[in-house]
Amino acid sequence: MTVEFTRAEVCIAAASDSWRGAGEVLAHAVGTVPVIGARLARLTHSPDLVLSDGEAFFMSEPPPLGRTAAHGGVIEAWVPFRGVFDVLQSGRRQSMMGASQLDRYGNQNISAIGDWRRPKRQLIGVRGAPGNTVNHRTNYWVARHSPKVFVERVDIVSGVGNDRARAAGGAALRFHDLGVVVTDLAVLDYAPDGALRIRSVHPGVTVEEVRRNTGFAIDGADATETRAPTPEELRLIREVIDPSSARAREVAG
Amino acid sequence: MSLDDFAGTIESGMTIGIGGWGSRRKPMALVRALLRTDVRDLTVVTLGGPDVGLLCAAGKVRKLVYGFVSLDSIPLDPHFRAARESGAVEIAEYDEGMYVAGLRAAAQRLDFLPTRAGLASDVLTMNPDLRTVASPYSDEEYVAMPALRTDAALIHLDRADAAGNGQYLGPDPYFDDLYAMGADRCYLSCEEVVPTERLLAPGADGRAAPVQSLLVGRMYVTGVIEAPGGAHFTSCAPAYERDEAFQKEYATAAKDPDAWRAFQETYLSTGEDGYRAAVESRAAAAASGANERSA
Repeated sequence: MTVEFTRAEVCIAAASDSWRGAGEVLAHAVGTVPVIGARLARLTHSPDLVLSDGEAFFMSEPPPLGRTAAHGGVIEAWVPFRGVFDVLQSGRRQSMMGASQLDRYGNQNISAIGDWRRPKRQLIGVRGAPGNTVNHRTNYWVARHSPKVFVERVDIVSGVGNDRARAAGGAALRFHDLGVVVTDLAVLDYAPDGALRIRSVHPGVTVEEVRRNTGFAIDGADATETRAPTPEELRLIREVIDPSSARAREVAG
Repeated sequence: MSLDDFAGTIESGMTIGIGGWGSRRKPMALVRALLRTDVRDLTVVTLGGPDVGLLCAAGKVRKLVYGFVSLDSIPLDPHFRAARESGAVEIAEYDEGMYVAGLRAAAQRLDFLPTRAGLASDVLTMNPDLRTVASPYSDEEYVAMPALRTDAALIHLDRADAAGNGQYLGPDPYFDDLYAMGADRCYLSCEEVVPTERLLAPGADGRAAPVQSLLVGRMYVTGVIEAPGGAHFTSCAPAYERDEAFQKEYATAAKDPDAWRAFQETYLSTGEDGYRAAVESRAAAAASGANERSA
């Protein structure tokens, strides 16, 4: 019997897999698919993951999706914003962040497009990306895989890529650890030389399609197919974590 | 002291720190008071929200020093975006953790604090004055985040006594104590000024605030300003949540010069009492509109 699933659900299972084996660390997730993925990881293979309400609390039972501790759940620890920086500097955290631009070596930009002195388009700023990427494992989520996101060179390096970390060495490299990039088309990871490559394409997507939507040459020779979500994962996503289907608003199909 | 007394202490060219976080517990009444003065050329140090937008729109900012500028439910303040894209203000953009290290250095009267955040990123490019510092214990080198010392800090808390002992009652202190400690002078606005003995006394519900809520001691505070609703339209939990409808009106108006002139006329041209009256009549109109629709 074949089980029907959506593209968003494939992405969520892939996001969940990014926390596999992370251990007892804070799962930091930006975006709908990463947030659902972190909860799915916690309910399946990684029960020790720590989840936050996105504000001041860690939750042993998280509140409804997109809501804070004020709307329910069970608080297990108090972590105001100042505490978040202590956690990330301790290394007990693993992120899945967004990216407005991402280059061949995993340099990420969320700050601005164009010259930083007078940007063509101001974005959200570097936020915590510089600190995250040199302190703990960081993965990325890209909801629309396109040559506008995957560029030869990012305009402003917010999240540090493999080439920059290796060139700097020392304290910049010590805890630098880029994992995977999950997109609406594929899962990417990094080859030994630090360059992005296609690890798997989602069911129904071809390697050629991913390459066409990537603004630099990317290796897809060993690409497999991204695994399908299991029936139990689909039940958790649809009935427990995201019954109102917020995921469909982030990923079509 | 009054809002206008406070505003009279701020001079052009000063460096001011503004507490809160994004669109949360910002000292908006103090910011509105600054908008009514002819103060200019400010250097503003903040984890920014609409405080930044309003000061930029009024042409009062020469330089912005920030970890981010966000309205939380709206990713970016439109006035800030316009100021950046027109090159109207000088900036120092830092990683959020670096920014906090800078506040801590200022509070401790240190020149800098070492941090890993920023290494190998373009934060170093965007801030060419930033230096690294070698560890005397290993071969490692860290960013030497300079102290974010300010001439004056502006913060808003739930309660304070007249002497300046300040108390927050929500889930997050943000960094308001660090702003107070890292400034030559600190102005604290609050929802309510209470006698000192009431800070920890049981309230009407029989529950007392915990001692941990006493965030800022009076030796760091220069002036206390009672400003009920003084964080509006940002959140001041548990007293009130963010006024999302009003924030949306602000952000929409900020994108259009004519709409912005109308917004200024309605809300910013008649003093804090006028502001509160306009906000209340707006809320009343929205409520009656809702009733008409549901009738």
